[in-house]
Amino acid sequence: MTVLVEARQVGISFGGQRVLEGVDLALHAGEIVTVVGPNGSGKSTLLRLLIGAERPGEGRIVRAPGLRIGYVPQRLAVDATLPLTVDRFLGLAERDAGLRAAALERVGIPGLGGRQLAALSGGQFQRALLAQALLRRPGLLVLDEAAQGLDQPGEARFYRLIEQIRGELGCGVLMVSHDLHVVMAASDRVICLNGHVCCEGTPTVVSAAPEYRALFGFGTQGALALYRHDHDHGHSHDHVHGASDHDEARDDAHDHAHDHAHDHAHDHAHGHVHGAGG
Amino acid sequence: MSLLDDFLLRALLAGIGVALAAGPLGCFVVWRRMAYFGDATAHAALLGVTLALATSLPVVAGVAVMAIAMALTVSLAAGRSYAADTLLGVASHGALAAGLVALSFMRGVRVDLMGYLFGDILAVTRADLAVIFGGGALIVVLLAWRWRPLLLATLNEDLAAAAGVDPRRERLVLTLALALLVAVALKVVGVLLVTAMLIVPAAAARGFARTPEAMAAGAAGLGTLAAVAGLAGSWRLDTPAGPSIVVAAVVLLVAVNLAVRRPG
Repeated sequence: MTVLVEARQVGISFGGQRVLEGVDLALHAGEIVTVVGPNGSGKSTLLRLLIGAERPGEGRIVRAPGLRIGYVPQRLAVDATLPLTVDRFLGLAERDAGLRAAALERVGIPGLGGRQLAALSGGQFQRALLAQALLRRPGLLVLDEAAQGLDQPGEARFYRLIEQIRGELGCGVLMVSHDLHVVMAASDRVICLNGHVCCEGTPTVVSAAPEYRALFGFGTQGALALYRHDHDHGHSHDHVHGASDHDEARDDAHDHAHDHAHDHAHDHAHGHVHGAGG
Repeated sequence: MSLLDDFLLRALLAGIGVALAAGPLGCFVVWRRMAYFGDATAHAALLGVTLALATSLPVVAGVAVMAIAMALTVSLAAGRSYAADTLLGVASHGALAAGLVALSFMRGVRVDLMGYLFGDILAVTRADLAVIFGGGALIVVLLAWRWRPLLLATLNEDLAAAAGVDPRRERLVLTLALALLVAVALKVVGVLLVTAMLIVPAAAARGFARTPEAMAAGAAGLGTLAAVAGLAGSWRLDTPAGPSIVVAAVVLLVAVNLAVRRPG
């Protein structure tokens, strides 16, 4: 697999405060990788390092030559004094008006080009940001808490769209989130970050790892299984769990964890778990 | 009679030249909330005048050098210790006071202090005009060349970085353009009112603009209108020219806001 971006022993401090330390990771074409971690774990900093907005204090960031990055920021505060239509915003990435209109259609907000960016709803705004990122014909799509502010179904739709786009463009996708459930279900690989890489691997492997459980507890595994059911249509027993039967859900999750770990080990061969502390 | 026409015409051209450059640049000053930064840069101009007089450099060169020095110093110091507005307040007023003190040391040189503070547009020479239009054209070309990266960096620095644009370089472009504008506008509106020529037409154009380009063009247009109206008023009512232009711009801003319901 083509390596798009690689971090080698990357560390950074701000004002004497150690934010990241000894981070090693590589992103490949065609995979969806999610970085999860508690607040203040250095997720956004790692992302800014990878897109080149920040220079590492130690170590190196290596990008594939000519790599184009489509970036969807966590927030985009458009100053009230700056008039900006959606189409003009997209124009910063692409000069061809036809392609701009097509991109809006692709992300599900056709015909909104004439609207002021500031007048869009939360969901429309995130899709406009995504359209802008797609117009750069990215080899790597980077999303920082991109579904923040969407309701749960909207969030699920947004991530499904990301998966489709990955399929169409064959690009790598890097997401950052503190929302574990939906994001992890949509990922090929999860990197659990807390100043350093605690553990990484397929979602099921990571959610079973002791380092992950130490950070996030046990409850999330059940939720992960729930979303797995919704999401994975290939399963023979496709029943929906009620909100009350937690124990049953967790038992099921246990079974599925085996299934998935097995599947992914075959598909991707990187379902390993690193020890804590790197 | 032809002499009168001549100096009025030169004044008019000078005002228009400054307005055309200040409009688009002023939009960035407004979008990026750099008004106080503009003030600090402009106030350093007085020190530049002193520098020029002491070294017999052209005034424009002295002003440009000091304005750039001030802009770079403030940019570098930003975010270190004090809040941005405190730092800029210190730099801005410190530079103004230091400039006034330094000028008082220039004995034997007749210094038209009021002219430097508020402009002396009616005394614009052909050489001044060449400087104004040359510098103004340079600013406009610089902004047009960097338009998309500048907008991107203004919108979101991370977004710019991901697209391969270095936000620091774009900030430097704006800083240099600002220093250059201070230098060429000194004769027209003076140290104290340069920022007004940047902000007021841009803010007025925000009332009706739907795109950044429309706002930039509108600011240039409204600034030109203010220069013409201000000079005309100054001629009729015998008021100081530079301040009259700024008053005209403010009147235009109020008129636009009353006439147009603000979009979005």
